[in-house]
Amino acid sequence: MLRIEGLHKSFGTNEVLRGIDLVLDEHEVVCMIGASGSGKSTLLRCVNLLEPIDAGRIVLAGDEITARGVDVNRVRRHIGIVFQSFNLFPHMSVLRNVTLGPQKALGIPRARAETEAVDLLSRFGLGDKIREYPDRLSGGQQQRAAIVRALAMHPSLLLLDEVTSALDPELVGEVLAVIRELAEGGMTMLIATHEMSFARDVANRICFLDAGAILEEGPAEQILTDPREPRTQQFLQRVIEAGRLAV
Amino acid sequence: MLVTSAPGWPEVKSTFFDWDYFWDSMPEIFYAFKLNVKIFCIAEVFILAFALLLAVLRSLRGPVFFPVRALAIVYTDFFRGVPTILVIAVLGFGAPALQLRGVPTSVVFWGIVALVLVYTAYVSEVYRAGIESVHPSQEAAARSLALSHGQTLLYVIIPQAVRRVIPPLLNDFIGLQKDTALVGFLGAVEAFNQSQIDASATFNYTPFLAAALLFVAITIPLARFTDWLVARDRRRQLAAAR
Repeated sequence: MLRIEGLHKSFGTNEVLRGIDLVLDEHEVVCMIGASGSGKSTLLRCVNLLEPIDAGRIVLAGDEITARGVDVNRVRRHIGIVFQSFNLFPHMSVLRNVTLGPQKALGIPRARAETEAVDLLSRFGLGDKIREYPDRLSGGQQQRAAIVRALAMHPSLLLLDEVTSALDPELVGEVLAVIRELAEGGMTMLIATHEMSFARDVANRICFLDAGAILEEGPAEQILTDPREPRTQQFLQRVIEAGRLAV
Repeated sequence: MLVTSAPGWPEVKSTFFDWDYFWDSMPEIFYAFKLNVKIFCIAEVFILAFALLLAVLRSLRGPVFFPVRALAIVYTDFFRGVPTILVIAVLGFGAPALQLRGVPTSVVFWGIVALVLVYTAYVSEVYRAGIESVHPSQEAAARSLALSHGQTLLYVIIPQAVRRVIPPLLNDFIGLQKDTALVGFLGAVEAFNQSQIDASATFNYTPFLAAALLFVAITIPLARFTDWLVARDRRRQLAAAR
């Protein structure tokens, strides 16, 4: 489904990704954990071609999407991304936020785009918010709307960039519930997260990123309870001490 | 007090504030003032469109667009630097003198062209500030939905940018409304020129006062409207930040 090979990315002299290799099968959910600045977000932005890469390649469904001359807009139709800070369009209603991509990028007629959007929004508990503007919604509702906006494009791969980090603690659950539902529905997802217990529940595999490289990779249970690398152990120890992971 | 007790005050009072002259000249000046309003309205439409285009051209990134960006910068620097009256004089006297076929010789036409050239430079800077104030994450979100750069500008960036710069845009409107009087310099009979004609016929300057009042009658409501918009925007932001 998705294959990342030898991915390097620098911002100026700061090398953020130092040779990432990662494979995602269809219907697989992979969670990336690691300290802030370890390169999780940058990796997701590279996969969505929002950042040009310096070396390596990314292959999606057999096509090298980082090759020269690839139509980035065509590639992005198949890859959805949800951001930490929602990034809904504040001047559009929730409905319009969701229909903009399908209408303008996919050329779906307005009526059909709206019917689909209303269905999706209702399914994720936002049926009564379709006419509202984003600033009238709670953080959790905004993030769910942002997820629906990504889903409306029918992506074959969904990237989630710390989607609960900007939320009040009591609103985290409703967003994670949505992602669990998507995982159960077979959505292929690459997730950057700080929510360890969520990662344990939902992920087929967990990758631990450290200083721009995947230091350790394996089944969720093994990485979280029996990590081999000292750096992973240190990181998880700090997480446990912060009360973010029950032992 | 200082003014009214000045030795020349009775003289000034009779030459600048004579009600008889005021009401005598008002109908003609009011009629001429309609030309100011017309110049303003026509120029404004073109300014709003051209300035937005210029701002968008200047926001294009990448080495391919360097010549376009450079041209836009040169244009803005030039027309913001040259006094408006000079642009009006050069175009108003120069262009009709060329006697080219198919090129209008009307001074009003060239006056409008000059105002559009100058104000496009100012207004494009206002738009540009608005475009740059939209957070890059909005562009990332739009591009991630597979929208092209053009679609992103059209549906996501520009609508937010324009909303934010409406108050400063209206401020430039007020400046433009005043500067329509400069077209009178070319001989077009607009309010200022008409009042000059009246004044030189009677040696009484009250007609200038009549023209000034007409301008103020338009610009003050515009200024209050701008204030109201700014206040409304602030209320909305406060409401959103709650």
